[in-house]
Amino acid sequence: MAAVIGRRLRPGSVVNLGIGIPTLASGYTREEDDILFTSENGVIGYGRVATPEEGDPDVWNAGGQQVTLVPGASFVHHADSFALIRSGRLDVTVLGAYEAAADGSFANWRLSNSAFDNLGGIGGAMDLVASAKEIWLAMEHTTREGKPRLLDACTLPVTSPRGVTLVVTDIAVVAVRDGQFVLEEYAPGYTVEEVVSLTGAPLQVSPDVKEIAL
Amino acid sequence: MARPTIYPTMADAVADVPDGITLIVPGFGVGTPLNLLTALHQRGTKEITVVQNGAAQASTDPSVRNVGNLIEDGRVKKLIASFTAATHPSRPSITEQMARAGTLEVELLPQGTVAERIRAGGAGIPAFYTPAGVGTLLSEGKEHRVFNGRTYVLEEGIVADYAFVHAWKADTAGNLIYRHGARNYNPIAAMAGRTTIVEVEEPIVPAGTFSPDEIHTPGVFVTRMV
Repeated sequence: MAAVIGRRLRPGSVVNLGIGIPTLASGYTREEDDILFTSENGVIGYGRVATPEEGDPDVWNAGGQQVTLVPGASFVHHADSFALIRSGRLDVTVLGAYEAAADGSFANWRLSNSAFDNLGGIGGAMDLVASAKEIWLAMEHTTREGKPRLLDACTLPVTSPRGVTLVVTDIAVVAVRDGQFVLEEYAPGYTVEEVVSLTGAPLQVSPDVKEIAL
Repeated sequence: MARPTIYPTMADAVADVPDGITLIVPGFGVGTPLNLLTALHQRGTKEITVVQNGAAQASTDPSVRNVGNLIEDGRVKKLIASFTAATHPSRPSITEQMARAGTLEVELLPQGTVAERIRAGGAGIPAFYTPAGVGTLLSEGKEHRVFNGRTYVLEEGIVADYAFVHAWKADTAGNLIYRHGARNYNPIAAMAGRTTIVEVEEPIVPAGTFSPDEIHTPGVFVTRMV
């Protein structure tokens, strides 16, 4: 999944990667593509997850992993880091999610629909999705029990009511366009029909649909 | 020039910190003022309102006490943060357990809103509008306003009674330098405390040692240093 995300990032993009699978994507881009990764904690211009030898105890990504710095990296404080985000300088934010819906909404901060008790793990997600030019998700296609996570409408409290354009799952790459899911790629070992049956909303199939190249 | 007071120990620096204060605690993996927090825990200050990125897991090292320990030991009245969840949803964090039991009040905010509320407070700005959280549970009941066709939510700046800060280097004038990603919330916390107490990694050097160009936080914002 991280490799699929890394390959799809356009040269010259400014990108923020969320906790989990997304943060691994910084290890799957080409140096000549000059993609700038920024982290909420004010690390602007990081590279891959660092080995123990190259890691610095004061250089982390948002997921709490030590990362390398690229030439031209810089540090800012937390408010300036979010100034970068809110001011619209971010091309893509890639986040984990529990649910994604065909209307472009998604949920990733609260696993409960009980009365809101001010608990949850929102982090920087709402700032990121409010202002990034594109929202991509990296998530499981189904729950452990096999229930779809790609739905007509989110059942959990949303992180953003709109704006998702791409969903990369363990079995598929799905674009979100005009209120519809569109299958663009499927994982080796799966058929288009299987992916459609594991999706909880109508899934259009792109005329250019192809197997994910590993 | 008003110079900050340099204290010999962490315990001395927090010896008069009373109950019922608001306290800003920086840190994002690194850059957390753990020595000051440990001293505050030992002092026994309670009824604290803590402003922090996220509720830390309580430290299991008895020589280090963090906000998680303060919460676990009932010293925190209210937490303002962007994370309360445990890393595994099936095991609720101590923060979540206490909030559900009604022994801890929590105000959950988008992370950039936590940061900007601190920054605004330190900058003398009482409130600001942000797009973060609009259309979600987190902005319900808050004032909204449309600017240039886009909806924003009103959030208030935070000025705290105390801010604890972790710096890498400092001089006797209170000028501070942070290291790499350990900077995070520290510069904005230093500006938003009525009393700002700084723990410094390296020995404090005479004023004039650093070039004025190198300094991240001017000493005018600093009250005490250790």
